[in-house]
Amino acid sequence: MGQANSIWRWLGVALVLAGLVALPFFISDYRSFQYTQAIGYAIVLMGLNILTGYNGQISLGHGAFYAIGAYVAAILMDKYGVPYWATLPVAGAVCFGFGFLFGLPALRLQGHYLALATFALAVATPQVLKYKGLEDLTGGVQGIVIMKPDPPFGWDISADQWLYFFTLAVGVVLFFLAWNLLRGRSGRALVALRDHPIAAEAMGVNGPLYKTMAFGVSALYTGIGGALGAIAVQFVAPDSFTAFLSISFLVGIVVGGLATLSGAIYGALFIEFVPNFADDVSKAAPWAIYGLVLLVFIYLMPGGVAWMLHYLRVRVLSVFRPASRHAAATVPKVNL
Amino acid sequence: MDAFLHQVLSGLATGGIYAALALALVMIYQSTHHINFAQGEMAMFSTYIAWSFIDAGFPYWVAFVLTVLASLLIGIVIERVVIRPVEHAPVLSVVIVFIALLVILNSTAGWIFSYTIKTFPSPFDWRGLQNSYLSPHEIGSIGVTLMVLLVLYGFFRFTSLGLAMRAAAQNPVSSRLVGIRVGWMLALGWGLAAAIGAIAGMMIAPVIYLDPNMMSGVMLYAFAAALLGGIDNPFGAVLGGFIVGVVENIAGAYIVGTELKLSVALVLIVGVLLFRPSGLFGRRYVVRV
Repeated sequence: MGQANSIWRWLGVALVLAGLVALPFFISDYRSFQYTQAIGYAIVLMGLNILTGYNGQISLGHGAFYAIGAYVAAILMDKYGVPYWATLPVAGAVCFGFGFLFGLPALRLQGHYLALATFALAVATPQVLKYKGLEDLTGGVQGIVIMKPDPPFGWDISADQWLYFFTLAVGVVLFFLAWNLLRGRSGRALVALRDHPIAAEAMGVNGPLYKTMAFGVSALYTGIGGALGAIAVQFVAPDSFTAFLSISFLVGIVVGGLATLSGAIYGALFIEFVPNFADDVSKAAPWAIYGLVLLVFIYLMPGGVAWMLHYLRVRVLSVFRPASRHAAATVPKVNL
Repeated sequence: MDAFLHQVLSGLATGGIYAALALALVMIYQSTHHINFAQGEMAMFSTYIAWSFIDAGFPYWVAFVLTVLASLLIGIVIERVVIRPVEHAPVLSVVIVFIALLVILNSTAGWIFSYTIKTFPSPFDWRGLQNSYLSPHEIGSIGVTLMVLLVLYGFFRFTSLGLAMRAAAQNPVSSRLVGIRVGWMLALGWGLAAAIGAIAGMMIAPVIYLDPNMMSGVMLYAFAAALLGGIDNPFGAVLGGFIVGVVENIAGAYIVGTELKLSVALVLIVGVLLFRPSGLFGRRYVVRV
């Protein structure tokens, strides 16, 4: 059964990918742009989930890494004429460095304290970006405007569609990298450090190394997401990177599902599209909804959408195959 | 020298507000070991309530008392309804609930009272207090902070309810055995924290004006103050508040400039957590493996 199951799973993945590739031909350029942004968010949420979901280190400050990634891309393109695709590795590397460095003090902070320190980072970020001493580089309060890249090879698609494909390709690659990282030895080490640090270290897991690396990799993902976001929006400014950005990432992983990779997709769609609909009601509505959704998920569905879908799938399958009914009862519970 | 003295004194005035908010944090931390991320937004919301009372024509001090009472009630309700379900939940769930609370209060305030910045009156405009170092409002707000501290000290030291609350925070199991309703003591702690926050909000609002995001910076300093003094020690937190107020002003005026003031709080927070996690006066905990 296992083999048949995995064939079905790969077929499913191929089908979803085909759907994603076909998508921009059926929607407007503006919608393509929105989906591009959503993929960028999905990359961020994968990164945040590696840290917070899998490794249990709470970060309320990922907006800071997102801002660094975005600014690195914007500065490289605007000041140094670097092509957009070449900014991604740089943004990733710079953010990895910052994340790794922030991960060192974070080793000594746990739970609420780490949340507090990262929260402080998120609140202080816009002020640092506005700082006069860096104005030559960052453009100060005004920020930086960058150009939207044209499709290469003379392809007959719009710039928005091309950017969608580009972002999608990056997202898929990063998804598989994260999947590979988490399903093996290092993934188990991260989870073990989250669930029982002492036992994990007694088993020979190098705690400090894994935890700082998790911070670095998480920041790397977030930085690439930020760079892609900046290229899509064609603009960076300090006030787009407030503490609320970090909070919406938190909303994303809670909605999508903590400690799941596929959850990043649902979470990203949520934080991209719900504010759009809710903005029509009132400027305050998106945040009111975010807050209520956070409460509802924590009280009722702490596993998020990904676990709920998994649960439903097992339930539905068990109707057809009574033998696997006991599987329904053993849906893994997420231990936050 | 005069300018320096002025910076120190007005630092003490804002420090008093940080001290009050830090005290509110300690109030909740002591009994539950939770850092209340929504404390600032609770204070902001209370200040809007005060603004509504004043706008409706109540005299300032009547509005003041009504707001404190309303905040007390709101704090108790929040603990009972929102926090109680996650009382024994893992840290991540608790933090997420606090963030949810922060976001809900912030957006509700924006929804009801709009995001336009409002002025907030100060009750202290006595001419007799006019001098070159401190504005009358600064003197008044230091006075109010000290009053709050005195009243709280009296409450916890000399009343049986205060004793019961201290007992519930220190040893919940034994307190329960002698008939203290521990759950309600926690709720009351939340109520008091909300009330203290309300007073702090009303004292800072004339200075930084009233808008839904007014507290984000102030709260960061209050966090730094509570950590600096020791987040489980009320006296430490108060002292930390005054120290942070002065440090903020001096650093802002002479070292990093006003643009980077918030980074001072960030550095303070990370620095204290790294080099002296228990703060100046906090108790060290030894955890058995």
